[in-house]
Amino acid sequence: MPGEIIIQADHIDKFFGTFKALDDVSLTVRQGERVVVCGPSGSGKSTLIRCFNGLENHDAGRLTVEGVELHEGSPKIRELRQNVGMVFQQFNLFPHLTVLENLTIGPMKVRKLSRRAAEETARKYLDRVHIPEQADKKPGQLSGGQQQRVAIARSLCMEPRVMLFDEPTSALDPEMIGEVLDVMVELAQSGMTMVVVTHEMGFARKVADTMVFMEQGRIVETSPPETFFTNPESARARLFLDQILEH
Amino acid sequence: MPSFLKKLKIADYVIAAILVAFFGYVALTVEGKLNYEWRWELIPNYILRYREDQDVWFANLLLQGLFNTIRISIYASVLALILGTILGIARTAENLTVRMLARTYLELLRNIPPVVIVFIFFFFLSQQLIDWLNLDRWARGIARSDNVHIWEFFFGEMRRFPSLIAGVIVLALFESAFVGEIVRAGIQSIPQGQREAARSIGMSRLQEMRYIVLPQAMKKVVPPMANQFITLIKDSSIISLISVQELTYKTVELVASTRLIFEAWLTTAAFYFVICFTLSMLFRRLERQR
Ligand SMILES: Nc1ncnc2c1ncn2[C@@H]1O[C@H](COP(=O)(O)OP(=O)(O)OP(=O)(O)O)[C@@H](O)[C@H]1O
Ligand SMILES: [Mg+2]
Repeated sequence: MPGEIIIQADHIDKFFGTFKALDDVSLTVRQGERVVVCGPSGSGKSTLIRCFNGLENHDAGRLTVEGVELHEGSPKIRELRQNVGMVFQQFNLFPHLTVLENLTIGPMKVRKLSRRAAEETARKYLDRVHIPEQADKKPGQLSGGQQQRVAIARSLCMEPRVMLFDEPTSALDPEMIGEVLDVMVELAQSGMTMVVVTHEMGFARKVADTMVFMEQGRIVETSPPETFFTNPESARARLFLDQILEH
Repeated sequence: MPSFLKKLKIADYVIAAILVAFFGYVALTVEGKLNYEWRWELIPNYILRYREDQDVWFANLLLQGLFNTIRISIYASVLALILGTILGIARTAENLTVRMLARTYLELLRNIPPVVIVFIFFFFLSQQLIDWLNLDRWARGIARSDNVHIWEFFFGEMRRFPSLIAGVIVLALFESAFVGEIVRAGIQSIPQGQREAARSIGMSRLQEMRYIVLPQAMKKVVPPMANQFITLIKDSSIISLISVQELTYKTVELVASTRLIFEAWLTTAAFYFVICFTLSMLFRRLERQR
């Protein structure tokens, strides 16, 4: 795969107390690459991508994101986070701000853009996620699917170089999953580097360059989707796929 | 017959009868055994008094005290809100030392009697501050100046200004611990995801607190904060101990000079009750409309 390295994880471990949530995990994500991470509940998927923007700190190994080595209390972490977007399962929009303010607060307070410039960017990305008309509403007035699209736009407003998604459609009603996935597919087509934790295998087939399967804190398999979906190396991944593709 | 009368049961009448009998007995005892002579007719004069020589009405002891209580309560609440917010943030800080300091302050206030705290704050803190700022001289200067009336509207008698400020500081320090607890609860009620989202777009801890957590937390704590304000008004009577000229202190003065023991204290109780009860009703109504 061409492209410069954006995320480089070398043998990282992560403990919660005595529980080992990440166990010797190594992964490389290059510019423009789309990585889809799947695996059973509790296997450490969230923990892994939360390490990528410093929401969790790994305890052993080396983790480099955008050339910055992360460790507890990294001084460059704030700068780094501006280049690493994160979309959460629960949206985590700011309920006291309007949609537009949700999108402009980062650029204005963190990037110190003028209100005008920030609003211009915000409207551009609201267009991109197909809800330009909701700018003045509060998040609570939107449907789940719309909220998640606002959350994606909020991250994009910081003009990140890589986007992390932690099960972005798991909290949504089935009829709203499609609209969010469509936006993510478009984002992938625009060339954005993405790391996506999801069980939406249709989406994975469509956009993934690399499939990562995790279990009990370990990366069990890393393979291109063609191999992963038709002939996975590990028996565990095969079992997992059988289970989730059934329904 | 009004509908609530129909709801009354035998038990209600029995209880009512007992209450009437009890208060009747107390009144009779006061009048008979203690040989107390009720002189309610004197009380209005100590609230509002008409000065014939100048042809003006002016606030006498009780009303002066009431005004001061209101002033002190307002200023102390503002100060307590500021201090309490800082304290509440400190209670949720990452830094252990900061957290421990805030916790220690709270535990000290919780486990030392209020009267003792008031004296300690008064002698060790507010008195020093006032001396250091040379407030005494400044206030006497104002008292002689031309626009003294404006100052007196906000602060009462200017010669007593340092004492009023001492009262405000002591009361605010005392209440700030409880305000801090309310703020802490508000901050902790904001889901962790909000902070993570703020951090994910590169906000610093300070920005995260200022733009995301505090605005939400402060909205949530309006009801308990309103209650704390009422508590503060009631607690303000304690600073009469350090001779701040508020309602309770003025009542003590009045009783000492006129012997209107029961009338004065009952009037003062009524003042406090009306203010606090009205506010509590008002807050409840506003709360329902939200
Ligand atoms: N803050 C924490 N403290 C203690 N244990 C934690 C914490 N966060 C996660 N864990 C544990 O670490 C393990 C991995 O959690 P993680 O959230 O990364 O799993 P996941 O693969 O994302 O699962 P899911 O599909 O349910 O989201 C789990 O067993 C979880 O209980
Ligand atoms: Mg997860």
